[in-house]
Amino acid sequence: MEMRIIRAGMLTTVQDLGRRGHRAAGVPLSGAMDAIALRVANLLVGNPENAAGLEFTLVGPELEFSTDTIVAVGGGDFGALPRWQPVRVPAGERVKFGPARSGCRGYLAVAGGLAVAPALGSCSTYLRATLGGFQGRALRDGDVLPVLDVVREVMGHWHIDERILPAYSPAPLVRVLRGAQADEFDDTLRDANFKVSPQSDRMGVRLSGPPLTRHDATELVSAVVVPGTIQVPPDGQPIVLMADAQTIGGYPQLAHVIDVDRPLVAQLRPGDAVRFREVTLAEAHEVLLARERTLAILHEGLAEKLR
Amino acid sequence: MTLFPLGDSAIVVTLASGLDESALPRVRALVAALEHDRPVGVVEIVPAFATVTVFYDAAHGAGFEPLCRAIEDCAARAEATLVSHESPLIEIPVCYGGAFGPDLAEVATRSGLPAERVIALHSGANYLVHAVGFTLGFAYLGGLPEKIHVPRRATPRTSVPAGSVGIGGAQTGVYPLSTPGGWNLIGRTPLALFDAAQAEPARLGVGDRVRFRAINPEEFAAWK
Repeated sequence: MEMRIIRAGMLTTVQDLGRRGHRAAGVPLSGAMDAIALRVANLLVGNPENAAGLEFTLVGPELEFSTDTIVAVGGGDFGALPRWQPVRVPAGERVKFGPARSGCRGYLAVAGGLAVAPALGSCSTYLRATLGGFQGRALRDGDVLPVLDVVREVMGHWHIDERILPAYSPAPLVRVLRGAQADEFDDTLRDANFKVSPQSDRMGVRLSGPPLTRHDATELVSAVVVPGTIQVPPDGQPIVLMADAQTIGGYPQLAHVIDVDRPLVAQLRPGDAVRFREVTLAEAHEVLLARERTLAILHEGLAEKLR
Repeated sequence: MTLFPLGDSAIVVTLASGLDESALPRVRALVAALEHDRPVGVVEIVPAFATVTVFYDAAHGAGFEPLCRAIEDCAARAEATLVSHESPLIEIPVCYGGAFGPDLAEVATRSGLPAERVIALHSGANYLVHAVGFTLGFAYLGGLPEKIHVPRRATPRTSVPAGSVGIGGAQTGVYPLSTPGGWNLIGRTPLALFDAAQAEPARLGVGDRVRFRAINPEEFAAWK
């Protein structure tokens, strides 16, 4: 089965949950910026959570399938199809996503999953190194992507409880953990409102606000960073590192966005506002375990609704 | 040794401060001990400079405190069994100067040495890999002779050819892929330092010893 891209949209890439196990070789995680949206969309069509789907940005693609199929859309609202539920798409019917009405990134899971060849164990696209995904690049008009053939059927009419999803907002309160250099800053993130800069991308969401000053001037040795790390370059404007973040960074680390709240950052668009609140590691792990339990229940519940 | 959380999914184990090259054998020993006896929930182990970062899956059985204790146990075992075995030596052939090293003359001028002397110093030194990161397979090398420490270019190049060998301050290294870069380019290697088709995609790893060997353009062209 095939998916044909009629119009690619602004930045549409193939993503799964990322490339693990190669950080020691300098290979970034990559994968869906809003991993929860892709995981839920995959579960809704009966795929493994890690199946390859599409991530689109600000303006969605227009596409069609060569045979009848079942898809699910998650993340930001790009119109065309209802979100967070399996939808049957007949062969040849055009699905035309538009500009994002809310959020920044949309996810499309297709029953069976996109059948691109994995690179270093993952189908996610890492654009900077032309690695993985579809020929290592963003999709273009006219691309044809293979989809794994499966027979799948949705039983009855139902919808999921959307309270299990992240509390997406154009002005979220994001929970953070202290970074290694938190003590070296005069101000904390707590005191300020930040705006999302247009220079943001899959590598990092750049924020602008009152400059954060580091009173300790000692030069730092570069250190390991992770998606979620908030680095502060000399200009005092913080950067939240995201999916395509490099593995080692040289700037002071003020804080880290907790795993559970990273989807909130992934869905911010230029001009949106964001505030931060510090939590303990125990709290971060507690909400992470709660989210994983919820997803496990969803997975089990869907087993009898998809065949 | 200190342990500090890196967000909610990793722990940074710091074995020494700063760029202490003498810590690299201990870094390698701790990585080996952790790989050999992987504590429950550990998903990835990343050495860099004098640190080892341990990634864990908090959603599947790894609590922070028990994991810290397991890492400390591993570190104690690693210290007790630390033997100074030679790390691998990797030789990197480099065609210095000309189109391959457009900044060689500039480096020579800035360091007050003839170009041949810059090449002799660069290819005569022993280097150690302190970390791999920044881009895929990029190795931070320590051991550049002080006489050829030259500051980065004022304006970085938007694209540096893959294989370029550069000097940036006290560091030297090879750009495995074509990327933007601000280092002074003194040569280029035909050796592929990153290959996504390999199970171990990066040729260099933390603690490896590195030497550069000067080759001529014919050898470069004939390299396979």
